[in-house]
Amino acid sequence: MITATNLVLLAFLVVLAWAIARIRNLFVVTMLAGIYSLLTATVFVLLDAVDVAFTEAAVGAGITTVLFLGALLLTDREAKPRKNRMASLGPMLLVVLLGVALVYTTLDPRMPHYGDAKAPAHGRLAPEFLADSVKQVGAEKPTAIHVPNVVTTTLASYRGFDTLGEVVVIFTAGVGVLILLGGNGIRRRRRNPAPHADSSGAGSSGAGSSSPGSSGNGAGA
Amino acid sequence: MWESFLGLYNYWIVILLMMAGFYIVMSRHNLVKKLIGLSIFQSSVFLFYISVGKVADGTAPIIEEGISSYSNPLPHVLILTAIVVGVATTSLGLALVVRLKEAYGTIEEDEINEMDAAD
Repeated sequence: MITATNLVLLAFLVVLAWAIARIRNLFVVTMLAGIYSLLTATVFVLLDAVDVAFTEAAVGAGITTVLFLGALLLTDREAKPRKNRMASLGPMLLVVLLGVALVYTTLDPRMPHYGDAKAPAHGRLAPEFLADSVKQVGAEKPTAIHVPNVVTTTLASYRGFDTLGEVVVIFTAGVGVLILLGGNGIRRRRRNPAPHADSSGAGSSGAGSSSPGSSGNGAGA
Repeated sequence: MWESFLGLYNYWIVILLMMAGFYIVMSRHNLVKKLIGLSIFQSSVFLFYISVGKVADGTAPIIEEGISSYSNPLPHVLILTAIVVGVATTSLGLALVVRLKEAYGTIEEDEINEMDAAD
């Protein structure tokens, strides 16, 4: 049953990706991307990654969609049709070749199948993390953390520096967004309008809506 | 035959999604659409990691009495970080798109290139 659900949901993802590539209305594309994220979250639940599913549903389907909607408000709602239809032939050819090559590598008999408990990925660290997460009966190890959720313990202890780096990345992105959209630049532009006067009004409202977006990122972490 | 189809199906879907995202990034001129293609590419990598972490009759890695088999928690931790970093980069990309719209009045890459060439 779970296998069948998995098959169908993953097929849906491919259909959605195809629709996103075809449709030119950017509002529709953004909504489809939100549905795509929610479907990915469902697949993550099926694949036992409940923490990842939670984050994907909140951050991927929630905050990302809001950010895209805000950007659409400040830019265009419709992608222009391509002038030269043959121009996408090269990328298509490259993508097909690359895809065939990647599928060919999965046919290697050494490629661990989905769900294989003996796959090399499960060999080294995972058993240790699972064992250290709760108090061991008999063998008292100093590393035991006493939290049942292994993802939480690993994130906060073994990969703590990783999480610190993540916070640095979010901070940098927030500062970048503020420099690009907020503060002095906007005020200066409002005083002496740029040559493209039609867009300067949209820019000043961009300062207001960009700061809630970046603070939302911080909350998502 | 059916066994190996099921065993590799997830990887093939990941490859299809990755190529779809790559194709959107390369062939579409609209910058917002390029960013959505980029996030499709990203999420295909997430799916790949989580698929690798799955153990056949395992359960979610939350320690509980009477359960002996858990899926691998390590890919989950890595992808948790990657999702949040992905949103940070997407927001920076969108800020750049808004800024380009202010400066050029368009978010179509080919039109921006034409304006740059005209200057």
